[in-house]
This record gives sequence, C-alpha cells and structure tokens, in this order.
Amino acid sequence: MNLTLKIWRQTDADTKGKIVDYKINDVSPDMSFLDMLDMLNEQLNNKGEEPVAFDHDCREGICGSCSLQINGEPHGPDRYITTCQLHMRTFKDGDTIFIEPFRAKAFPVIKDLVVDRSSFDRVQHAGGFISVNTSGNTIDANAIPVKKHDADKAFDAATCIGCGACVAACKNASAMLFVSAKVSQFALLPQGRVEATDRVMNMVRQMDEEGFGNCTNTGACEIECPKGISLENIARMNREYLSASLKG
Amino acid sequence: MATLDSKTPEGHISQKWTNHKNKINLVNPANKRNIDVIVVGTGLAGGSAAATLAELGYNVKAFCFQDSPRRAHSIAAQGGINAAKNYQGDGDSTHRLFYDTVKGGDYRSRESNVYRLAEVSTNIIDQCVAQGVPFAREYGGLLDNRSFGGVLVSRTFYAKGQTGQQLLLGAYSAMNRQIGRGKIKMYNRHEMLDLVIVDGKARGIIARNLVTGAIERHSAHAVVLGTGGYGNVFYLSTNAMGSNVTAAWKIHKKGAYFANPCYTQIHPTCIPVSGDHQSKLTLMSESLRNDGRIWVPAKLEDAKAIREGKLKPTDLKEEDRDYYLERRYPSFGNLVPRDVASRAAKERCDAGFGVNKTGEAVYLDFAAAIQRYGKEQARVKHLDENDAQLVKKLGTEVVANKYGNLFQMYEKIVDQNPYETPMMIYPAVHYTMGGIWVDYNLMTTIEGCYAIGEANFSDHGANRLGASALMQGLADGYFVLPYTIGHYLANDIRTGKISTDLPEFEKAENNVRSQIEHLMNSKGSKTVDHFHKRLGKIMWDKVGMARNEKGLNEAITEIAALRDEFYSDVRVPGTANGLNQELEKATTCC
Repeated sequence: MNLTLKIWRQTDADTKGKIVDYKINDVSPDMSFLDMLDMLNEQLNNKGEEPVAFDHDCREGICGSCSLQINGEPHGPDRYITTCQLHMRTFKDGDTIFIEPFRAKAFPVIKDLVVDRSSFDRVQHAGGFISVNTSGNTIDANAIPVKKHDADKAFDAATCIGCGACVAACKNASAMLFVSAKVSQFALLPQGRVEATDRVMNMVRQMDEEGFGNCTNTGACEIECPKGISLENIARMNREYLSASLKG
Repeated sequence: MATLDSKTPEGHISQKWTNHKNKINLVNPANKRNIDVIVVGTGLAGGSAAATLAELGYNVKAFCFQDSPRRAHSIAAQGGINAAKNYQGDGDSTHRLFYDTVKGGDYRSRESNVYRLAEVSTNIIDQCVAQGVPFAREYGGLLDNRSFGGVLVSRTFYAKGQTGQQLLLGAYSAMNRQIGRGKIKMYNRHEMLDLVIVDGKARGIIARNLVTGAIERHSAHAVVLGTGGYGNVFYLSTNAMGSNVTAAWKIHKKGAYFANPCYTQIHPTCIPVSGDHQSKLTLMSESLRNDGRIWVPAKLEDAKAIREGKLKPTDLKEEDRDYYLERRYPSFGNLVPRDVASRAAKERCDAGFGVNKTGEAVYLDFAAAIQRYGKEQARVKHLDENDAQLVKKLGTEVVANKYGNLFQMYEKIVDQNPYETPMMIYPAVHYTMGGIWVDYNLMTTIEGCYAIGEANFSDHGANRLGASALMQGLADGYFVLPYTIGHYLANDIRTGKISTDLPEFEKAENNVRSQIEHLMNSKGSKTVDHFHKRLGKIMWDKVGMARNEKGLNEAITEIAALRDEFYSDVRVPGTANGLNQELEKATTCC
C-alpha cells in the first residue's frame, strides 16, 4: 500500500521543529510500524537525506523504548500493544499518518521523535525499591506466604514498561499511572509494606518536581497503556498517600 | 601471549566455592570508598553487579546505551529462572541442577563454575522475593514452579511470560536505590567504544555520549562488562536491535580472549520469518512446550497442500500428524533440550514437511492442552465434562492465564488466533553460549577486566538449557563477581584515583575519534544496514545450524571482502556532534 507520512522533524532540543511530509510506497501489511519507518529511513538515506530518529530496541513490546504518537494516540490506534507491535495491516492504502514524539513538559524532545524520559528514572530513584541488600542469607523465599490474589495484582502493576504512553495520553501530562504502578506493586506485598509511607511521599514529591501534571480521572492513560495497567492503581496510591500524610 | 589459567580452586567440586570465598582477599569498607568500578551494561548481570558493588561501598559508574537501565534486553526473557529449591519435592538438588546444566551443555561447560551457579541459585530466588519481584504463586501463597526443556523436575520460577522483565526491574530497583544514594553514577545513552589499558591493567573506557556526540574518558580501578552476546552478527535474531556486542568486541581487539564462538543457540520456538523487511525475530517462550505439542504432517502431500493453502492444519486427523519429538524422544517428549528440538525441526523441514509458504515452519499445537485443562476445570467446578464447547472455553481460560501475553504477541505479529489454529514456529538465533573467556573469578585475559552474564563463555557449554540465562546473569552479578573482584581490588587500596590525563587515555580517545572521522568522511553509496544484512546472510547460510568446512572457508573469504567494502563504501549521513543513529550503527561494526 501507499501512504503519506507527516512526521515531526526537530534537529535538537533547542531548535524549533516542524511537520514534514513524506510519501512511502509498497508498504506490506505484514510490516510492523517500525519496519515501515526503517524502510523510509533507508530511502531517505539513499537520497542523501538524514533519517528520522526514533527510539526502539527490543521490538517485541517489552523494553518500552518506542514512543510514538501516531495519529494523536500513543502507540497508535490498536490496544494493548506498543508501536513496535503495531502492524501496517491496521492501516489502509492511501492513508495519511501523523507521527509525532510523546509530548509533555517532563519529556523534552532530544531530536525528531526521540524524547528524554529520564524524569521517570528520577521518580524511581526517589523510592521505587525495597531497601534490601544482596546477601546469601535473606530469609527463604517461601517463609512469607503471599495471597495469590495480592501477588497477581502486584504482578499486574509491575508489568509497567515505563514507556510514557500514560503521560502522552493525559491532557495534564500526569504520571500518576506510572508512579502508582510501582507504589501499588510494593504496597501489595508484605516485603514492601515496611517502607510504604516514605516510598509514596518521596515518589510523589519527585513526580511533582519533574513537572508532571495532576490526575483529573479522565482515564485516558488506562486506555492507551500498552500493558493495561489499571486506574485502580491510582486509587491505591491516593489511599497510600493520604494515609502516609496523616501518619506524618 | 597470555596463558589460559582457569584458577579453579582445589578440592572437591562441592567445596570449591566455599573454600575459595574463605581464602580470597577482602577489601575493608573504608577502602572500598576509594575504589571505582565501571560496569558496562545494565541487564541482569550488569545491573545486579552494579547494585551489589555499590551496596558493598565501591563507587560505581554504570553505562548503558538505552535511555534507561530498565530497557536492557534481559527484559525480554520470558519463561523463567531455575533454582534448586526442591519446593516441589520432586528430587531436585544442587547436584541435580549442576548435572542437568552440564549435560544439557553437552559436557562443554566449566564444571566448577556450573556447580557454583547451582549453589547460589537458591539465594537468587530468596533475594528477588525480598526485593519484591512478584513471582507466580499458588493459592496457598507459596511460589509456583514449572518445567523446562532437558530436565525431569519442576524447578523453574516464573512471572507469567515476563520473568526477565520482573527480574530486571528487581535489579533496576536495587540500582535505583544506589543511584539515589549517589553510590552509582548512571550514564544513560552512552556507548562504550574502547577499553583503556594502563600498565597491563584495565583502567577505564572511552565512551560516546549518544545525545551530544561527545567522546568521554572514564577511569576506574576495574572494568566489568555485562554486555550480552553476539547474536546480532546473524542480523536476524531475537536480540534487541541495540544488543550489538560492541563492548565485548572492543576488549577482544585489546587482547581479551574469546572462547567457543561456534556455540550459538538457535532457539526452536520463534515466529518464522515472513519477509525481507524484517529486522528482528520474536521468540515464543520455551515454556510453551510444557503444554504445546510439536508436529508436522506425516505425509508429504499433506504438507504440500498446507503450504499451498489448500488444507488447514485443523483438518488433519491425529493419525496423519507426526509428533516427531514425542516419537523420537519418548522420555523428554516435547521438552527435549533446545539444540535437539531445533535440529529436529530443521530435519523435518529439509525433508519437505514444512508448513508455511517458505517451507520453514512446524506446528506448536495447544488443542490437546485446552482439552485436558478444560476437562479438569469442568470436574473441579462440577460441570459437564462432555460438553465440548464448555470444555474448550474453560481450557482456553487456563491456557490464556498461563501464556496469555505470548498468545497475544503471536496473534499481533502473524494475524492468526493460536487458540483456534496451531502456532507456527521455526528455529532462530537467540543466545550465545560462547563469549569472552574468563577464569573462575570471571576475569578476562586482561587484568582487571571482567565479563559476566551472556558476555562470558563459561557456564552453558555447547547448549544452554531454558531458564538458565537469567540464573547465570543474576548469579554472576549478585553473588559471584562482587566477591571475586575484591580479591583483585585488594591490591589497589593505595593506588588512588586513576587520572584520565594519562597518555593511554589520550591514545584510546584519538583512535575512537579517527574511526568516527573515517566513517563520517567515507561518504560511500551503501547504508550500514545494507552491510549488516549481507553479513547476516553469510552467517546464517554458512555458519548457521548446519556447517561444513567448505561453507566456513567461504564465509571467511566473503566476510573479509565485505569488511573492506564496508570501510570504503559505507555512507553515514548527518554529523557526529549530536544524536546520530546511523553513526551509532556504524561504530558498532568497526
């Protein structure tokens, strides 16, 4: 099929960007979206033009590198997948596709479609861990039974890939879904309860300092999340935060 | 020329590690504060090593080319991690895990390292649970296990089909704690381009900041590589696009020996190649062989009809199917080791029984598992086990619960529903057992330079068993290297900071600069990917699953010619000052 791509091009963080049109022909429906961009880049390269920069790595939907806003939606029109798992069969011959970087104050553009998501890392540095040193004599893994229900919920929250789609989808550029996923994972496990108070206070403080917006419960994050992280986690984080605030 | 001394400790194999730990040098906590360690790579091995070294008190500088350490390709490991916990009471033990791993590797691994690996395997599970890794649990609240290829016990711990992700995020969280404390200085979006050796010892690296293009010098008392394997030389593999073996190659060029490069794991259950546009292949976890049955049509004419689209696999009667693994290996059945499963698939496809357009695919069928689980559920729930529709629904739910994300991934890529029609799979390059040669302490032949995880060669021999890569990465990073590196660093307590103004740093930096200049000025006619694809084709055709003297000799000549062509005719657009992904790809080929 033949497509028109309208792609955000920006030389670097300090230069103003703009949308540039590209025609691409003979795209196979079996291609992934990134295979298609590879094809475009090969063509640009052969014409002596600079290829479009975009983040990608594992190409199987788990590393969280790819981060494209496609036709206004993070990771494009399909559900529960990342951009690398989006296939061209989702589009029709003759379609025009807008491709932009994830937009948020806390995700400044580095170049073209590549953004800086190190703010996510800094939120994790503030409390996204259980303070246990490596040692060969931690208690036996089966010493503390965990209800299957809680373990499953903790796992569901822990499947967040840190791609930033939640932030890009949110009109407030809020990172509540991302932060609450980590807070929930540890809040649901006995191992994580010990530091629960400090964790939620520190992570929320860092989230605010990074310039992410607040949550107004529109739920766009949950719909666009490639891993289906539930809004329930935000509710749990709010409870944890309130309880931590009261305890002081 | 260096002599290869494995430094394996004396004594019975079961006592070697304990004796070694009791005898090696230690560095006292105050001195650790004056010692710097560079860790390149932040996957399971590098991430866990960086975190543990920082906990011990060393100053760690960690490097990754991704935008965050959490994205290292360990994250894509699906199935599980082995440990000799014997929670299932099925006869497992340290010795049995050791034995299975050595046997699975065709007796080509270093046995002392493997025994140590089996010994610390149980600590890994304890450590990960303490970190909050949400492993799968049973209703009683205790940890669940499953079985993997090449073994007769259930010793694999898992978190659905995302075990690698959960373990990596565990190591990442341990790193985050140390980054927050300032004990790890993290360098994201940095690619190591050379190793700096001063007086015969590894004392630093030259790295390119991928955002600004700056060439940076970083010094340390030791350099640790946890940078993964070399699967991407085949172009098409299950590796991430950025897993490009650059760091390991650079230290090899600086004198680190490379061992067993012939041992590349061709994983039996990958989604088959669909066309020339592909840049990577996707793995379907080996755990699927717990419940999936592998088959091809028993008759050549049926295989032909299926390839031409005239026959559907579900139309074929039981007696017309050849469950060739169950037929040939009755005791292991579908759970034979990976090398055996891959060779058997190739043998059937070469004989004309392949089932997709290219003739290079076999079936992995879940229909029997859906029936079995469905009936069991119907009985448990006191429902009618003869109601075919109900049984299918209940069975599908069980299978979805176990492998849901894998089935979804398959459906998105292939556009077929694996609950309704069997999956198609074919072997693909997945893991490299060979790698940088290391001694018992995991030191390479360059003093002070270490290689851990997939980057080294020692633990998996000629074939790695499933769920062993995660075990080795974390064993090396959490429990082995942090001890053994102290033995070396104990001699460095009075060295003081290593200056980056030393002539060795300048020379290494200039080399990197001139290489980049050459690439930028080459202004040839072909892209880096063009060369990489051609390299991959030579490798797969002549150094792939079947190899012979003639092909290998041809490959040597062809690769040498391709290399010359690369240097004279590659084109890298843009500039070197700033983010340039084409230059990144090109520097990995030098």
